[in-house]
Amino acid sequence: MTAITIDKATKVFSSRDGEEVVALSDVSLDIGENEFISLVGPSGCGKSTLLRLIGGLLPLNGGRILIDGTEVKGPQVKTGFVFQKATLLEWKTILENVLFPLKIMGSLDAKSRDKARELLALAGLDGFENKYPGELSGGMQQRAGICRALMHDPDILLMDEPFGALDALTREDMSIELLRIWREQPKTIVFVTHSISEAVLLSDRVVVMSPRPGEVKQILDIPLPRPRSFAVQKDARFQDKVDEIRQLITGK
Amino acid sequence: MSHIATRKPSPLRRFWMRSQGTLLPVITFLLVLLLWEICVKVFSIPEFLLPAPSAIWVATAEQAGLVWGHTLATLRTVVLGYGLSILISLPLAFALTSSRIVANAVYPLLILTQSIPKVALAPILVIALGANELPRIIITFLVAFFPLVVAITTGLLSVPGDLIELGRSYRATRLQQMVQIRMPYAIPFIFSGLKTAVALAVVGAVVGEFVTSDRGLGYLIQTSTAFFRMPLAFGAMLVLSLMGIVLFQIVAVAEKLLFPWSSQQQAD
Repeated sequence: MTAITIDKATKVFSSRDGEEVVALSDVSLDIGENEFISLVGPSGCGKSTLLRLIGGLLPLNGGRILIDGTEVKGPQVKTGFVFQKATLLEWKTILENVLFPLKIMGSLDAKSRDKARELLALAGLDGFENKYPGELSGGMQQRAGICRALMHDPDILLMDEPFGALDALTREDMSIELLRIWREQPKTIVFVTHSISEAVLLSDRVVVMSPRPGEVKQILDIPLPRPRSFAVQKDARFQDKVDEIRQLITGK
Repeated sequence: MSHIATRKPSPLRRFWMRSQGTLLPVITFLLVLLLWEICVKVFSIPEFLLPAPSAIWVATAEQAGLVWGHTLATLRTVVLGYGLSILISLPLAFALTSSRIVANAVYPLLILTQSIPKVALAPILVIALGANELPRIIITFLVAFFPLVVAITTGLLSVPGDLIELGRSYRATRLQQMVQIRMPYAIPFIFSGLKTAVALAVVGAVVGEFVTSDRGLGYLIQTSTAFFRMPLAFGAMLVLSLMGIVLFQIVAVAEKLLFPWSSQQQAD
């Protein structure tokens, strides 16, 4: 089943002095249901732009994007967005932050709190429900951000370098954690990252993009067995894929 | 196992470490008073030039009822003018931040009102509005509201793009964006504006009283100096600064109680 169809998507930004920059040019890609797909590439290749187009946060200049056969015209209920920074509301407790999407959508009900608590427990945050974001570490804040994106039970999770602001150790933990959450709550995940090894560790497929204009250079299958752990990095195939992607990006 | 000896500080030392933030300024202030008293006595400075702290205390205490009455009159002007500036600043700042047209149309006018010296405006207002409380309240309002509008506007505009995008991703309406994201984000900014404004409101009220009044601490200072009753004038002045400090602290405490995360943020 195809969850997301990207058909010749084109996005042009015009800078303040009227100059036009083609961020994405004729990008086509099909993403399957409950697939974990990563977008990698150098800065300016349009991977974050593509993510925002799928999320309906930006309008397209050409082509179209379909989610379950329906054209994306704006932000929709089927997608949840995780940003690079946790973007928690500092004046709300962790629990209230996780409930925020439902509050905005006007669909808070009696069961919402229990569900939020379950999600927080799933992300290893039980006991922190009534803390404020400022009292949590960066990694814990980002976990809460992920819980928030899962709260309205979207079919698709769009993640924009979600671990980019974390230190290396926390980052590794978080990717394994994310795989565990994904196993328990299967979703289609589109994951933007700068880290090639992170992309290989997590994904079913890795989309390598190239800049100016942003295009899909190549799509690679990652045939590593699941469930995966750090041990998978010792697998020769893991290293092969990392090297292959690095070559595609740097051209060396 | 650690063998590093940790010595417990003595109770006196612990008390000092905990309270030196409040104790030090009080001690410094008392030392200044002492020095002042000694200078006045040693150099026998005449009272109409600089009264000794003890003389100020005696004169003010003798007239305690009178000073209290004037204090209440000034406080009333300050509170009414300050309240008016809050009532007008909040919706004005919302309008300024939600529409570029409103911002372009109104902002230059706002700056114009600030370029007018309030002391020059006061006598004109008295003629226009009559010799009553109203011109004093208007002056207080004019002095206090500008920094407040600027602070609130800055707060509403400095919401990070991430948070706005977050709201958009859940299809937040403009009203939800304002109430759920922009306004709470601006709270620390609003309170820093409220603190500046309350201190300025005291200044505004006294300016108003200098120009027209038959009550208030500004009036008391004027009449006292007219009769060279310097200790009482100094006493009134000190009561005024005390009023400023107390009002400032009330706003600070209100922020801490109502929005604990906000004052924490400023401390960072």
